[in-house]
Amino acid sequence: MGKIIEINGPLVKLQLPETVLGEQVRVGRIGLIGEVIGREGDTALAQLYEDTAGLRPGEVAEGLGWSLSVELGPGLLNAIFDGVQRPLNAVRDKSGDRIARGVAVPALSREQRWHFVPDPRRHENPHIVGGDVLGTVQETASILHRILTPPLIHGELMELAPEGDYTIDEVIGRVQLPDGRIEKLQLFHRWPVRTPRPFKRRDHAVKPLITGQRILDTFYPLLKGGKAAIPGPFGAGKTMLQQQIARWCNAEIVIYVGCGERGNELTDVLEFMPELKDPHTGRPLMERTLLIANTSNMPVVAREASIYVGITLAEYFRDQGYDVVMVADSTSRWAEALREVAGRLGQMPVEEGYPAYLGSRLAAFYERAGRVETLAGDHGSVTLIGAVSPPGGDFSEPVTSHTKEIIQTFWALSKELADARHYPAVDWLESFSGYVPSAAKWWAENIDPGWAAARAAALDLLAASEELQRIVNLVGVEALSSEQRWTLEASGLLKEGLLQQAATDEVDSFSSPEKQYALLAALLEIYRHGMKLVKLGAPARRLIQMPLLSQARRWKSQHKSDDLVALQAKIARIPVEFEQIAVDYETTAPVREDKATP
Amino acid sequence: MKNIEFRTATSAQGGLLVMGGVTGVAAGSRVQIRDHAGRLRSGLVIRSADDAVLVEVFEGTDELDLERTWVRFLDEPFKLPVSRDILGRVFNGAGLPRDGRPPIISADRRNVNGEPLNPAARAYPREFIQTGISAIDGMNSLTRGQKLPIFSGGGLPHNRVAAQIVRQAKLLGEGASSFVVVFAAFGASHADARFFQESFEESGVLNKVVMFLNLADEPVIERLLTPRAALTAAEYLAFDLDYHVLVVMTDMTAYAEALREVAVLRGDVPARKGYPGYLYSDLAEIYERAGRIKNRRGSITMIPVLSMPSDDITHPIPDLTGYITEGQIVLGRELSNQGVYPPVTVLPSLSRLMKDGIGKNFTREDHPHVASQLFASYAKALEVRGLAAIIGAEELGDADRRYLQFAEAFERRFIGQGEEEERSIADTLDLAWELLSMLPAEALIRVSEEELVKYHKATVI
Repeated sequence: MGKIIEINGPLVKLQLPETVLGEQVRVGRIGLIGEVIGREGDTALAQLYEDTAGLRPGEVAEGLGWSLSVELGPGLLNAIFDGVQRPLNAVRDKSGDRIARGVAVPALSREQRWHFVPDPRRHENPHIVGGDVLGTVQETASILHRILTPPLIHGELMELAPEGDYTIDEVIGRVQLPDGRIEKLQLFHRWPVRTPRPFKRRDHAVKPLITGQRILDTFYPLLKGGKAAIPGPFGAGKTMLQQQIARWCNAEIVIYVGCGERGNELTDVLEFMPELKDPHTGRPLMERTLLIANTSNMPVVAREASIYVGITLAEYFRDQGYDVVMVADSTSRWAEALREVAGRLGQMPVEEGYPAYLGSRLAAFYERAGRVETLAGDHGSVTLIGAVSPPGGDFSEPVTSHTKEIIQTFWALSKELADARHYPAVDWLESFSGYVPSAAKWWAENIDPGWAAARAAALDLLAASEELQRIVNLVGVEALSSEQRWTLEASGLLKEGLLQQAATDEVDSFSSPEKQYALLAALLEIYRHGMKLVKLGAPARRLIQMPLLSQARRWKSQHKSDDLVALQAKIARIPVEFEQIAVDYETTAPVREDKATP
Repeated sequence: MKNIEFRTATSAQGGLLVMGGVTGVAAGSRVQIRDHAGRLRSGLVIRSADDAVLVEVFEGTDELDLERTWVRFLDEPFKLPVSRDILGRVFNGAGLPRDGRPPIISADRRNVNGEPLNPAARAYPREFIQTGISAIDGMNSLTRGQKLPIFSGGGLPHNRVAAQIVRQAKLLGEGASSFVVVFAAFGASHADARFFQESFEESGVLNKVVMFLNLADEPVIERLLTPRAALTAAEYLAFDLDYHVLVVMTDMTAYAEALREVAVLRGDVPARKGYPGYLYSDLAEIYERAGRIKNRRGSITMIPVLSMPSDDITHPIPDLTGYITEGQIVLGRELSNQGVYPPVTVLPSLSRLMKDGIGKNFTREDHPHVASQLFASYAKALEVRGLAAIIGAEELGDADRRYLQFAEAFERRFIGQGEEEERSIADTLDLAWELLSMLPAEALIRVSEEELVKYHKATVI
């Protein structure tokens, strides 16, 4: 038993010999929990996860013997935890609307019974290794929770409980370790959050993560097991975009970490998620969702821990063979928490007050994403999407620039687009994706062989129009040639008819890959037909007045992803519309030829 | 310990006092300091160890010495006595009366720091508040429980806008009887404080207002306490007495500057522009106290006023605020100079909670689309205006010229309105359609075809 020597904000200096770095400590009469971050002589320096007001020098402190760990087992889904995995609903039952300090509630319910079905393979071969599936629990209607052997355990399985209902505390098996010791197995186990969970080997990610958002899937794809960042100034629609991804993506488990963000945003998620159906299974979205909430007014040290708690839970579901998406909103707040603690420790700041290890910590965190072959031989993935909140929208600041070097997909949000209410405000010039070649294979095999070419053509058109826009801003649209005017018009069509997507519009909110490609190909076809006519001498002014152009802008919100027949019919009429104009330019052979080829 | 006075100060400098030889002092506890002239000051323990206790003195350390300074540790955090009687009263930043009336006596004394609200206990703000100002109601709607700051600059009429909101804010279809105002001013000038006081008096709401004032010439450190005291009062009114509370705070920039001043004294490592790294967390502790709670009838809606240093929205104070609050109303110098009141620059303005509080069942079914269309059309119109400035308006085509006229009318008639003019949301939307009708129907793709038929005045599609 030790005692408090000094209290300085969330940092306390303790008289606590023999404690280990990273160990959890319980401090003071009200029992605040914290983590040892330094040792010097007989003293230990600890950061506490809760407000330290009221603590006094001389009060008791004790080491708990383990480092910050999470409980992994049935009961995780459909839940909302704080940054150190306290279940917020249970905390509310205990301490009311406000989070009182020192509330101790176990992460997983000790009362609830789960129906456990042992895995028949365990009876065939009693030798088990870490990661082996002991059995299953149908946790929610859409998710089968596989009970795993804790990663570091291997030996002879001496007994395994029969099918039946168990609480997570009950022993469901015993295993004899190689040294002869007997280890009890339960429906859950613990894992320290700062240590990545082991797997057999990394696996090359091959499938795109479909988010239903056209600018993301079609232009800057992300793969399952990939790493992405969404940087954007405030008001650029970062949260909305992340919620759209959480809502529509084709992952099996979604973990949403609200790290230092707004309380009402989480309430929004909590209130609207249960009403929504998973587009892929038709079940309520909450059944596959897990929320971690450390809002901006909650203690800063727990904020630093929250993303590690999130990624460990993600890895746990990955180890069960699931595709998991973790959204961390926002990594900047995490970095600021790091900075705050570093500042109190008196560590030398490098850029904008951040400690020198910011880059390496960020990189190590993002490396926990990936598609892997699990210890049990399954395949699972963790896709990591980190929001970044650069101060003043300046992408050259430390967190954004370090993140940019680590991730593969960069969805840059632009204030200018958001101000013009162009949502999602993903800037098509600043964004990038390193996964385009791999994604192209999937699109070619599953949707259309022309995907890569169409994507490139659309990006060319957008880049060309950017150039033209500069000229227009200087000398006006009248200075452009007919071809240039048509290019400008077509890029506007692409922006409004394809890139802009209304999250609040029932039809437009989600686009299947088929719909995305159909729209992309159709708008490009309009552009090409028009260009042909312009080259034959038709004035762009006349083409711009075609009703087809304003109609095409509405297609995205008129046709549901699962019913594209009517859209295909409209697309088939595109050549006809242009033909009616082409008649006036009779001498033009190429257009007539075009009529023949549908 | 409460009864012992210590005379063991070992150093005093810039608002901080170090006490030696005191053991077991609770972190965050309140301190009473008696100086050589017998005057009392208050302070707070910000670091506690057995050999040295660091005390922040609210009234500053001027005219303190080490030999004749007596310090009493009160062993409890800063608390505000609350009761129904606080309505109609004026307090200083530490919660003591400054209206010449007796102090509030109550057994119910609340820690001004509050406790973080459990995110699972929050209720999502959904009820539309009509402010009677078109630029806000139509395009950046305020909802009950939202925190929506006004980003302004020196010399802009943010105080008048805030006062107009306070005068006019109401819920549709419900009486305003349970509506009270908590007003906190820190670092404000005497003139500003008087302006608000008079404005409350004129509109006859003074007995429904609680004021917490820390003016520009008053102790800086007390400024850190002022919003916390005000919000403690607001929480009491909202969640104990079921009032709907509108909290107006001005000026958050003065607050952040006070925080920086104290941080420098403490020796904290500076992050951006000398502000401490915890500015975000600290602001969040204040802003996040707005909101609604499940199964409680009251609510706290917050309108902090913030002057952007040199009108720079990327400055740390507006920047970090924008990341915490649910949108912002930005006032612009250009509009103001053209005589437009309220000079709301709509494009960078935003209300994040608007989408869930408007439309069918709340305001009118066309509201979401109209708002989106106004944004898009006005953005386009500004582009045309930029072009006209270069090549001259005569060179513009017909379509573009219509946009120019639209921009002009939109700014004069939609954004601009009288300081006493209160527009219902229906009036605002009708006005919006009147202005949108200056543009051809084909150019309005954010509204539905049915809405065009119903509301667009000029063209049939």
